[in-house]
Amino acid sequence: MTESLIHARGLTKIYGDFVAVDGIDFDVAKGESFGFLGPNGAGKSTTMRIIGATSVRTSGTLTILGKDPEVNGPQIRAHLGVVPQQDNLDMELTVSENIYIYGRYFGLSSKFINKKIPDLLEFAQLEEKKDVKVQALSGGMKRRLTIARSLVSEPDILMLDEPTTGLDPQARHILWDRLFRLKEQGVTLLITTHYMDEAEQLCDRLIVMDKGKIMAENSPAQLIKDYSTKEVLELRFGSDRNSEMVDVLKPLAARIEELPDRILLYAEDGEALLEQIAAKGIHPNTSLVRRSSLEDVFLRLTGRSLVE
Amino acid sequence: MRNNLRNVSKYGAFHVAEARVRNMAKWAGIILFEAVINPTLYLVSIGIGVGSLVNANQGSAGVGGVDYLTFLAPALLASAAIQGSTDEVIFPTMAGFKWYKTFFGMRSTPLTARQISLGVFMGSMIRTVVSVVIYWIVLYLFGALESDTAWLAIPAALFAGAAMASIGIALAGKIENEDFFFTIVGRFIMIPMFLFSGTFYPLSKMPVFLQFFGWISPLWHAAELGRFLTYGYHLSPLAIAIHISVLAAMIGFGLTASFRIFENRLEK
Repeated sequence: MTESLIHARGLTKIYGDFVAVDGIDFDVAKGESFGFLGPNGAGKSTTMRIIGATSVRTSGTLTILGKDPEVNGPQIRAHLGVVPQQDNLDMELTVSENIYIYGRYFGLSSKFINKKIPDLLEFAQLEEKKDVKVQALSGGMKRRLTIARSLVSEPDILMLDEPTTGLDPQARHILWDRLFRLKEQGVTLLITTHYMDEAEQLCDRLIVMDKGKIMAENSPAQLIKDYSTKEVLELRFGSDRNSEMVDVLKPLAARIEELPDRILLYAEDGEALLEQIAAKGIHPNTSLVRRSSLEDVFLRLTGRSLVE
Repeated sequence: MRNNLRNVSKYGAFHVAEARVRNMAKWAGIILFEAVINPTLYLVSIGIGVGSLVNANQGSAGVGGVDYLTFLAPALLASAAIQGSTDEVIFPTMAGFKWYKTFFGMRSTPLTARQISLGVFMGSMIRTVVSVVIYWIVLYLFGALESDTAWLAIPAALFAGAAMASIGIALAGKIENEDFFFTIVGRFIMIPMFLFSGTFYPLSKMPVFLQFFGWISPLWHAAELGRFLTYGYHLSPLAIAIHISVLAAMIGFGLTASFRIFENRLEK
C-alpha cells in the first residue's frame, strides 16, 4: 500500500452562509497525479487553498504529509509547490530574480538557488529570457515561470490551479509536456481544471466536483466507462427543430441529452446508430460520431456542461 | 534538509526585505536623485531665501535663538524620512495585494502574513536610512548643521519615518480600492502634516486649534527631538518622554494593526 500524502474527511468550508466545500472525502497517494474537475465555483480552488495551508477549513479533518495545516502551516507549505490560478510574479524583477527571491522565501541558501536556476530556466524554456523583466513575457512564458519558480524548493507535492486557463493551444501543449516530465520524476501532482481534455491527459485519478460536493471519483477511463457509453453521436437539426427531434430519437439511444445547439445520443456504436436513424428517414443538418469524454460524465452527473 | 524551515521562521522577514531591496535597486537612480535634489531645492528656496528674511527681520529670536537653517534642518530631515518611508510601504503593499498580487505568492511559501508585513516595513526603512543619510550630507554641505551632535538628527528623523511607515502599511493593507487613496494621503495627510508640524516656525506660534495637527504628527515630535539633539533646543524631560512615547506608540500601533490586516487578507 502506498502511503497517503493527503487525507481528507468531511472537509468543509463555509463563507458566511455560502457552503463552498461541502463535506468532501479523498486521499491522494505519493507519486499520484490527482485532479479536481468541475465548473467554475464548484469549490476546487477553495479546496486547493485549504490543502495549501493558506485558508482555514470550517470543519472536517485534513492531514498533509501527516500534519494538520491549521497547526503546522509553514511546515506543510515548506513541502508544497503552488501554481495559483492567477500568476503573482514580481513584474519589476527579472525571470531569474523571481526564481531567486522565491527560493529565499523557503530559507534556501543563495548557493543552492543559484545552482538550481539554470535547470529551472531550461525546464521552463526561458534560458534566453533570464535577464528580462517579467513584465515583458507572454502569458505562456509567465505560466511556465510560475511553475519553474514553484519547483525551486523541490516540493513533494505540486499544486496547479487551472494551469492552462487563458493559454493558446500551443502554449497548453508545451505546458502539458512539462507537467508530464514532472510526473515521470515521481512528483505528486494536484490539478484543478474545468477542461476535460486536460484532466484526461494529466490525471491518474480525479474527483468530479459540483456545488462543493464530490459527484464521482475514479480514473478518467473508468469514470467514462461507468457513467457514459463508448461513443456519442452528436446531431444538429437547427435550433428550432432540436427539441421536437428529441422525442422522436429518444427510443433509439441508450441515453439522450439536449443541449442548446445540438442533441447528444449515447451508444456503444455511433455509426450504427446514425445508419439506423437515416433508415428512418431522419436527416440532421450535421452529424458527428466521437468517443465519450469526461464532459459526458459531467453532463450525466449534473445535467450541466462543464464550460457554460 | 534542503529547505531550512528554522531559517524561515527566524529570518523570514529579512528575506522579504531582501526582495524589496532588489526591487528598489531597479529604481536606485531615481531614489538617489530624489534624495539629493529635494534637500537642495528646499535649502535654496526656503532655507536660504526665507531664512534671510527671518534672520533680517525677527532675527534668531523668531526661532528660538539660532540661525533659521539650523532650526529648519531637523524638521526637513524628518520630513524626508517620512516621505521616503511612506512611499516605500504604500506602493509595495498595493502591488502585493492588488496590482501584482505578489503577497499571495509569498504566503504559499513557509512565510507568515506577519513576516510579509514586517519585511515590507524593514525594506522601507532600509531605503529611508539611505535617503536620510544623503539628505543629511546635503544639509551639512549647506552649513545647516554646525554642532558636534548634528548627526543625532538622523536617528530622530528615522524614528518619524518608522512611525509613518508602520501606519502607512496598515492603511495601504486596508485599502481595496485605491482610486482616491493616493490623493487623500497626499493632500489631506502628507501636505498638512508638512505645513502644520512646526516645520517652518515653532508650533507655539500657531493658533491652538492648528497646533492639534502637530500633536498627532510624527513629524513634529521627531523635529522637536531633532532640534533638542542637534543644537540644545530646550525640551523638558517630560516633553522628551512624550515625544518618544508618541512615536513609539505609533510604531507599535501601526505594526500590530498591519499584522492583523495582513493575516486577515492572506490567511483566512
